[in-house]
Amino acid sequence: MSVHISRHVDDVLDNLSTRKDVTILAGGTDLLVEINFGRIRPSNIVAIDRVDELKDHSRNGHIRMGALVTYTRMLETDVGSPALQEAARTIGSPQIRNAATIGGNLGTCSPAGDTLPVLAALEATVVLRSKGGERRVAFGDFMTGPKKSVRRPDELIVAAEWEDAGEAQTYMFAATRNAMAISISGLALVVDRARRRVGVGLGSCGPTIIRATDAERFAAGLFDETGWDRPARPSDAAAREFGRLAAGAAKPIDDVRGTVAYRRHVLAVMGARALARVAVVP
Amino acid sequence: MSTAAPRTRIRGGVGESVERPDSAPKAKGEFQYGSDLRREGMLFGATLRSPHPYARIAGIDTAAAKKMSGVKAIITASDLPTRELFGLMKLDQPVLASGKVRYVGEPVAIVAAETAEEARVAARAITVRYEPLSPITDPVAALQPDAAQLHRRGNVIEDVLVEHGDPDARADVVVDGEYELGMQDQAALGPEAGLAIPRQDGGVELHIATQWLHEDLRQIAPCLGLPESKVHLVLAGVGGAFGAREDVTLQIHTCLLALATKRPVRMTYGREESFYGHVHRHPAKLWYTHGATKKGELVFVRATIVLDGGAYASSSPAVVANAACFGAGPYRVPNARIHAVGAYTNNPPTGAMRGFGAVQSCFAYEAQMDKLAAALDIDPVELRERNALRNGDAIITSQPVEGSAPVADVIRRCADIAMPNGEIPTEPIALPGGLGNLTHGEGVRRGVGYAAGMKNVCYSHGFDDFSTARVRLARDVRGPIAHVHTAAAEVGQGIVTVCAQIARTELGVERVEVDRPDTTIGSAGSSSASRQTWMTGGAVLAACREVKAELLARARKAGRSPDDLGALLEEPIDRTVTHRHRDTEPRDAKTQNQGHVAFLFAAHRAVVDVDVDTGLVKVVQVATAQDVGKAINPVSVVGQIEGGIAQGLGLAVMEEVLLRDGLVRNASFTDYLLPTTLDMPPVVTVLIEHPHPDAPYGAKGVGEPPTISSTPAIVAAIRAATGRELNRVPVRPDDIVFGAPYRSGWRITPGDDPRRAVRAS
Ligand SMILES: Cc1cc2nc3c(=O)[nH]c(=O)nc-3n(C[C@H](O)[C@H](O)[C@H](O)COP(=O)(O)OP(=O)(O)OC[C@H]3O[C@@H](n4cnc5c(N)ncnc54)[C@H](O)[C@@H]3O)c2cc1C
Repeated sequence: MSVHISRHVDDVLDNLSTRKDVTILAGGTDLLVEINFGRIRPSNIVAIDRVDELKDHSRNGHIRMGALVTYTRMLETDVGSPALQEAARTIGSPQIRNAATIGGNLGTCSPAGDTLPVLAALEATVVLRSKGGERRVAFGDFMTGPKKSVRRPDELIVAAEWEDAGEAQTYMFAATRNAMAISISGLALVVDRARRRVGVGLGSCGPTIIRATDAERFAAGLFDETGWDRPARPSDAAAREFGRLAAGAAKPIDDVRGTVAYRRHVLAVMGARALARVAVVP
Repeated sequence: MSTAAPRTRIRGGVGESVERPDSAPKAKGEFQYGSDLRREGMLFGATLRSPHPYARIAGIDTAAAKKMSGVKAIITASDLPTRELFGLMKLDQPVLASGKVRYVGEPVAIVAAETAEEARVAARAITVRYEPLSPITDPVAALQPDAAQLHRRGNVIEDVLVEHGDPDARADVVVDGEYELGMQDQAALGPEAGLAIPRQDGGVELHIATQWLHEDLRQIAPCLGLPESKVHLVLAGVGGAFGAREDVTLQIHTCLLALATKRPVRMTYGREESFYGHVHRHPAKLWYTHGATKKGELVFVRATIVLDGGAYASSSPAVVANAACFGAGPYRVPNARIHAVGAYTNNPPTGAMRGFGAVQSCFAYEAQMDKLAAALDIDPVELRERNALRNGDAIITSQPVEGSAPVADVIRRCADIAMPNGEIPTEPIALPGGLGNLTHGEGVRRGVGYAAGMKNVCYSHGFDDFSTARVRLARDVRGPIAHVHTAAAEVGQGIVTVCAQIARTELGVERVEVDRPDTTIGSAGSSSASRQTWMTGGAVLAACREVKAELLARARKAGRSPDDLGALLEEPIDRTVTHRHRDTEPRDAKTQNQGHVAFLFAAHRAVVDVDVDTGLVKVVQVATAQDVGKAINPVSVVGQIEGGIAQGLGLAVMEEVLLRDGLVRNASFTDYLLPTTLDMPPVVTVLIEHPHPDAPYGAKGVGEPPTISSTPAIVAAIRAATGRELNRVPVRPDDIVFGAPYRSGWRITPGDDPRRAVRAS
């Protein structure tokens, strides 16, 4: 196994295009687990954690978050998405949050990746770059299956981008342990009051992150009635209906972490709670 | 044993909270664990394990693997020098599988190679042809007359029937229940590790992280074809044990590879392999009925208990006996019938884990006590207090509880501990779901639950239980110094500190060195059954007293003061003493009479917040009163109590080795969940010190009781918050949300023989 330490994006791209069987190492919190379990045996590793260009984070209405932004940094700064911040808070332990990156969460592309429902709800764009140039893929088109994405082996994830959607958003997940647990199911809700748009992303309840479009439409209808600019508590019945629709979009399976029945149930509870919480945020 | 106070008070003696020598190195990552051992020219071992729960081995081909780079030896069953079986209590477990494999993870071949990677790759290159057989994974099914026989002597590992008074007595108020406990893992943070070094004389030296060096020696030597005198064991740094290191895991394999290659060989399991490599806690199915008078006096307890022993016996016979003996709990029960059976199945083998059989029955009988309290409309604490064993009362084996039995005390003192602040917090991190941000208070209800439990200390039922200690009092340029040598395994519980404290107090000498445990001295017995303070502490105390007597004799002879150590220790004083507890009686068919040395008691009160809409739990506080006899090192005692409660909490709400058709589905810490600091509540502890007359300074064991009744207390609190039946642990979110209780699928009248179970349609 060879390890190449890169300091520049161009150098990373050179390595990705010229060498065979190259694996990118960012924080390593997923990659090393895979290696330990013997699931992969990479022959060439390109370590990107010293590539400063990938650590940039800019926001001025439009947010661009470099692939190497860690969860700890998301918690320390205003990242331009409260839900993403809440997602960062749910992840791992302090040690993991210090090392693990958003690029790695996208690179792994697990249905349980906690930033991904938020990126889905934000309608974020994944920025990929190769020797051949840059392409921008809507998150909804990026993930194609469990741990599968449209990223080509010669492409580097350089950033995630989204429009600032304001403060009315949240992320939550259910797990049997109170910290350091992989979610049984997770839900992100973004109410973009300015653009009059509702986004709902569901995690750990299907092969990809799922957009709950019926629930989005239902909530948009509610805001159309009550007014998008005005915080207002939804009725219990409306919150429950929103939860029911969100859960209805899920395609859960039974696995060691949870059952189909529980996943549907808890998504409905999370949906109702999320709407009740977010609708009162200006 | 007398408890006369020493003449001079010395720093770091008995009763003081003394810092352990291993705590700072462990916290700083400097402690040398078994897995850190290295030797010049060392090879690495790896194990090939069965992927099938039950299969015939049709052939093993090692030819390709033997040719691979770095490979120095490959051993399969046909290469074993002599004895092919080992086992703690029954010789039933193959060193390497031959003929058949009986569980997923059973070792089939071992490899030594220049690097760990080469060893692993070569092990995978061995081809084994299996003919899969249909596995038996339900222990009740395994006991039925029509079941296929997994072992020559059938599928019953042990069958214990305890009868007391009139087992068929009737009562005014009767409550029934069936219960289940899933398989818990000891999950010691240091996985199995050992280093074997071949010796010039044809023997072998094994550095091993274990709980009992001499028992390992007894099992290893015959399998190597060596006399015990040619096998030397040294304790390596142990990263926790909790029962998982009572059985032989890689000991024999490592020695075999070292002898075959004539090079040092180290074997270390990773986390996943550790799940396959060691025994777990017995999963249990229990059927109970309790009867009481209208006034709330227990009239009878009848129960049937089936423990899943997995593929091999390990310590199942004793675990089954404990589940039965303590099957009615720390209460006066005039009439009882408890039938406990351990079954062979094709699940992973189960054996010792903290609480050892007492955990399983306590979960059931404490749930029953709450049901009874509800049926009688009596406060659950009151009901327990009213029925608490008193000094002189007999348990259901007819053995009186003597020496010290502060049962009512632990129950009352625990209940009297101040409750936590009554308000439910608002920040999500302090609520159920924790970092998941799931509730900000929505759906959260608080519940309180109580439980009490009991267990024996030391080995029981006629076992020749002893410990050996050598104490050497000498002087060097800095003055007097005592050396204490025993074979007691320090597994993190603090026996090293206890031995030093006793020597300081007895000898009045501040400098005490505790030597590394090995087999050059006599056995200390196991670091299990909460016994080392009683046994090895007792041996050190006895040896110190002999040293002291010699010192006094020398002083008299020389006409000097006994404090004149400079002159009196011209020649060091060196004494080796073997200490035994009083005899216990072997078990007979139905009663166990004087089966145990003494009993330990504890009570727990749990306060929990439950998000009833999502089924998630946050334990807010655990309060406990524990009968410890005497706290030799109070900070260590509290450490044992908090750690034991963490394990009890794990069993209550998250820890389970998930099995399907004999396959382990979560052999990693990703999905075998252990409590984190966010799951572990503050613990408020009251130590009840009623010295036991037979124990050193009156100190009873403390390691196990915290794990026994903490689980039922937490589950009782969840029941109180949710109104759900919750008759299975760990409690899953589904159980709370949907409320469907566990059903065994078998009809058994409590107390009946489980071999006559009927499938519920
Ligand atoms: C104890 C523990 C707890 C965890 N808890 C959580 C949790 O609660 N929630 C959660 O979502 N995850 C969790 N994880 C998983 C992991 O921390 C996250 O997925 C993290 O975001 C991965 O980031 P990384 O930088 O460490 O990725 P790495 O491990 O370095 O890489 C992960 C994958 O992405 C690829 N990759 C990395 N960066 C790029 C890039 N810029 N371009 C293209 N490919 C790239 C790598 O080749 C690799 O395949 C946990 C992991 C551990 C070990």
